[in-house]
Amino acid sequence: MAESLLAPGHTACLGCGELLGARLAIDAAGPNTIVVNTTGCLEVCTSKFPQSAWRVPWIHSLFDNAGPVAAGIEASLRAQGKKQGITVIAQGGDGGMADIGFGFTSGMWERGHDVLTMIFDNEAYMNTGIQRSGLTPFDARTSTSPSGKVSFGNPRPKKDMVQIAVAHGLPYVASTSSSYARDLQTKVKKAIAIEGPTFIHVHTPCPLGWGFAAASTVEIGQLAVKTALFPVVEIEEGKVTKVMSFREKTPVEEYLKPQARFRHLFAGNGAAEQIAQIQAIADQNIERYGLLRSS
Amino acid sequence: MATAVEQERKIIEGSMAVAEIVKRCRPQVVSAYPITPQTHIVEDLSQFVADGEMECEFINCESEFSAISICLGASATGSRVYTATSSQGLLLMTEVLFNVSGLRLPIVLTCANRAVSSPLSIWNDQQDSIALRDAGWMQFYAEDNQEVADLHLQAYKIAEDHRVLLPAMVCMDGFILTHAFEPVELPAQEAADAFLPAYDPLVKLDPEQPVTMGAFADPNYYMETRWHLEYAMSQAHAVIEEVATEFEQTFGRPGLHVIEEYRTEGAETIILGLGSMMSAVKDTVDELRDEGEAVGAIKLRCYRPFPEKRLIEALQGVKRVAVMEKDISLGKGGAVCTDLRAALYDLPERPAVTGFVVGLGGRDIANHTVRACYQRTKQGSGENVWVEMREDLLEPEMVQAWKQQWE
Repeated sequence: MAESLLAPGHTACLGCGELLGARLAIDAAGPNTIVVNTTGCLEVCTSKFPQSAWRVPWIHSLFDNAGPVAAGIEASLRAQGKKQGITVIAQGGDGGMADIGFGFTSGMWERGHDVLTMIFDNEAYMNTGIQRSGLTPFDARTSTSPSGKVSFGNPRPKKDMVQIAVAHGLPYVASTSSSYARDLQTKVKKAIAIEGPTFIHVHTPCPLGWGFAAASTVEIGQLAVKTALFPVVEIEEGKVTKVMSFREKTPVEEYLKPQARFRHLFAGNGAAEQIAQIQAIADQNIERYGLLRSS
Repeated sequence: MATAVEQERKIIEGSMAVAEIVKRCRPQVVSAYPITPQTHIVEDLSQFVADGEMECEFINCESEFSAISICLGASATGSRVYTATSSQGLLLMTEVLFNVSGLRLPIVLTCANRAVSSPLSIWNDQQDSIALRDAGWMQFYAEDNQEVADLHLQAYKIAEDHRVLLPAMVCMDGFILTHAFEPVELPAQEAADAFLPAYDPLVKLDPEQPVTMGAFADPNYYMETRWHLEYAMSQAHAVIEEVATEFEQTFGRPGLHVIEEYRTEGAETIILGLGSMMSAVKDTVDELRDEGEAVGAIKLRCYRPFPEKRLIEALQGVKRVAVMEKDISLGKGGAVCTDLRAALYDLPERPAVTGFVVGLGGRDIANHTVRACYQRTKQGSGENVWVEMREDLLEPEMVQAWKQQWE
């Protein structure tokens, strides 16, 4: 096996889905890639001076500006006549890319820079201690959206970054999961072959933040997809061209139950209604993308 | 100072003077967001690009924050870059400005100086750039549009020098300079190229030679990186002087010497200021000299790095200094006055220093303003003295507090 472009020896937690996803992605992108990374888990785990896990040119500027920094790199390469054959990736977590850096991500997309944007979504601000983000799912318990006597945790559903990207007119938008290595790598290769702004939303389970055993990362990620709480889709020129579908419906409880962040949904008054609401979110996804195969 | 270098003389707006010289500096990437009174600069540059007179990637973006971030990425990839902003735009950039200097990227930015909100004001003072004095950017201030143009050419050369590698901010007073028409001499492209060769980055993002930029530093490493920056600032003094001398010899105009002395011979009182106000200051010095007063002026061209040594030399034997500045570090006084007082503190004999806050939010600075400061300085030192206030807008006790500064 060839040496990975994201070297071992970084300081990520045992079973980290984000590092798994990022490693799969950069190995699919290859060595002629320049990576811009937001502040966050992925950044601090891989770039603590004087060491670096990156075998590609890599820059971290701030929490919020991976989009415009990547845009500047792309423009600079074009100005120097070197853009041909070099991939520019803007990547980071849900906080950096979809929350605090959202407007800047949007600006980069709207201007049409030839940059692949990747969100490694672990559904909360994990680097600062599991605080709620705009991509935290409905009813998940975080340190700033705790469950309590009058609360079931995060009161809002996940912001739909895939549809937001589609609304920007991006030629290629996809979602995938660190639990589906081949799907992730195929999508990265497809995205970088397309000129213009492309976006891949990668679901990456976090054992520490979600509260599950480190050995279960891949399984938990697969359950998010199979329950349709995280639909895996491909949208080209605004049209859904491919989805990861299933023969049987998996009840959301199977995904929720092994995670400490949803434990409060399995005790106490009104919990069943909450689970029914989560199932309704999954059902909407199934219907929207046709995730259930009849045969 | 005769010179053989080819130059052309044009009567143009200050913003156009900036655009013309920036074009000659050949930035490969330009990104900006419009804000009054900076707008004409980027409009002129975009017209150059549209007319094929300037070859660069010109990126219209959705905020100043993105503009400076785009410049950061482009500079890290080894390109010469340019941006311009003002007031709220500069403040919105703040997080990135600190990051740029830490990454040692020699970006040049024009600040069309403007007051900051609230209240909203589009008019000139220098609060915006002065507020960013700790950001690790060199700061140069222009008196007129010739100087604005000349400072840009020199700023790139200083910033990109491997002994420095710090970003530079060229500050010009909004409207007073940006929108004023003046004759400006501009070097021919070949002359500009000879003075300012292509940017030669020490490191850059390149798949041929992968590097990690912007690593994070724990307490074992962070402090030394800040010392690197502070050391670079200290090294910049000599580089600035070298570049200023070369500029002078090449183009026959005053270079970016950190201060300019005006009629300081035998002066007992010095009026020190920054930017366009120096025209009124010099004019008033002429009047006062005619009246027999022993007064001169010092123009501060370079505010960061602070030219402490040069100021101490220049103020030797001077009895009084009036610092006039268009900024206020609320709760203390003008920043330049505070810095100057600190610089003089260790001297066995030092002049009395009086700090004047003038011209905030576009309030005019006329000869009578300068004269008032001069007269007040002769009465004894003071700090945070505000000039020419409207009493009808102040409560009686505030009027009293203000008037006490003048006693």
